[in-house]
Amino acid sequence: MRAVPVQISHSDYRLPLHRRRKLINRMALALSLIAMAFGLVWLIWILWDVLVLGVQGINAATFLESTPPPNSDGGGLANAIVGSLIMVLSATALGTPIGILAGIYLAEYGQRTALGRTTRFINDILLSAPSIVIGLFVYTIIVAQTRSFSGYAGVIALALIVIPVVVRTTENMLQLVPNSLREAAVALGSSKRVMILRVTLKAARAGVVTGVLLALARIAGETAPLLFTALSNQFFSLDLSDPMANLPVTIFKFALSPFANWQQMAWAGVFLITIGVLALNVLARVLFRQKH
Amino acid sequence: MAEVTAPASVPAAASRPIPVSRTSDATTTTVSRKLGSERIKMDVRDLNFYYGKFQALKNINLQIAEKKVTAFIGPSGCGKSTLLRVFNRMYELYPEQRAEGEVSVDGENILTSRDDVALIRAKIGMIFQKPTPFPMSIYDNIAFGVKLFEKLSRSAMDERVEWALRKAALWTEVKDKLAQSGTSLSGGQQQRLCIARGIAVKPEIILLDEPCSALDPISTAKIEELIDELKKDYTVAIVTHNLQQAARVSDYTGYMYLGDLVEFGDTDQVFVKPARKETEDYITGRFG
Repeated sequence: MRAVPVQISHSDYRLPLHRRRKLINRMALALSLIAMAFGLVWLIWILWDVLVLGVQGINAATFLESTPPPNSDGGGLANAIVGSLIMVLSATALGTPIGILAGIYLAEYGQRTALGRTTRFINDILLSAPSIVIGLFVYTIIVAQTRSFSGYAGVIALALIVIPVVVRTTENMLQLVPNSLREAAVALGSSKRVMILRVTLKAARAGVVTGVLLALARIAGETAPLLFTALSNQFFSLDLSDPMANLPVTIFKFALSPFANWQQMAWAGVFLITIGVLALNVLARVLFRQKH
Repeated sequence: MAEVTAPASVPAAASRPIPVSRTSDATTTTVSRKLGSERIKMDVRDLNFYYGKFQALKNINLQIAEKKVTAFIGPSGCGKSTLLRVFNRMYELYPEQRAEGEVSVDGENILTSRDDVALIRAKIGMIFQKPTPFPMSIYDNIAFGVKLFEKLSRSAMDERVEWALRKAALWTEVKDKLAQSGTSLSGGQQQRLCIARGIAVKPEIILLDEPCSALDPISTAKIEELIDELKKDYTVAIVTHNLQQAARVSDYTGYMYLGDLVEFGDTDQVFVKPARKETEDYITGRFG
């Protein structure tokens, strides 16, 4: 291509402003990069420590043996791992349907009703409520009444954390579905129920699943709600009506202990939770990206 | 960079001249003129429509002939889309919208009908401005509406899907990828998929709300041909911004302005010899 001669004289006046803009642009970019680096340094440092200290404590016994009594060698985290899995999965199973149904109500039925607005407001409060408050709440209404710490109480406390997250994501994801899709379904003669189940919920599926996975990741590391509900259990137990061992409380207990092998196990637990949460986040991202 | 999957032979629709008036009777054009010998499919009387307090349609009277194409033209905001959305009670999805008057289909007022609104909408299909494929396979997009009211065997459903896709001139393009997502098609194909989906439930009336405004000229030409084909079996009402399109595809045309039906009559007549000065100004481009 031949260069077309340009009349420079006319555009001269633009140059000073253009240079200034470029300079500001570079400065802003530099500041953003520094801020990003600052954030990343801590994150990588944390992950590195967790990795180095955690991996040392992991061996076959971690997954096969239960937590050891004080002043004894060996032992693992099997009871805590299994307890955490049971409670986290049960809480998700309990909270997800409630959350999705409430989210559907907010997005599809109660959009502008007083009940809808109130529910949304309360849900937002619940969403940002400190988890220790939820732990104490469940302690008061269940543990204090039954006079026993139990896995059930832990499940309920965790479910109370899952519900608002799922409500919020379900509502938001359904709101992202364009109204034209709803109209198209209704124009074919479908009822509102069929429209929601077969069209809008399907269109929002990836987002809703992502929300559930993120809620799961959130409760996987929650300590406060379990401290007052499921407490912990030194022994292996699958009975939800007894106190139940779990990773966060075990980490809390072991990390504060004076025993070196307990501290080592706490790091191993931290490592397992971190990997689990990281995997859930990656999975959520992959699922969400596939859809969009 | 619209992906052109259509064969290069562009139908002549874009260059077809506006049909010359066949009739010469200049005396008959009044607002809401009675139709000729055709059977009347839809009869609209004293229709008023409100968005909250705002009145969007004012005392509309008109008749839509069976198995003909009726077009509505007019500047943005004149109420033509609103009118179409009354015809299948789509406005009812929004609580602040309200219609008064009478819209009779085969003698029954659908605005006060006690039939479930879903049954009415199944009978009066609608295609929208933007293609709205559902997030499912091409096959399921078509089957979705059919399953709402019919229990078909697998083979009968296959037949219905093929029939609808053939009607919508999409079969040859998608027959090998029916399991693919409907959203993977190009814009023009998506719109034809939506038309196929609408036809598959065998409605009696098809409402088209600016069906080509998001499409390229080739897809537009295909859909115009399709409309011509559709009127053999269906009553069609179309809203369009494109005056040439109205002139090409319709038998009757209504010109709307600020919620009024200013003129309604034979398309040839409305375009060649409009009765009202406002219509002429709009059609000749002096206004709008």
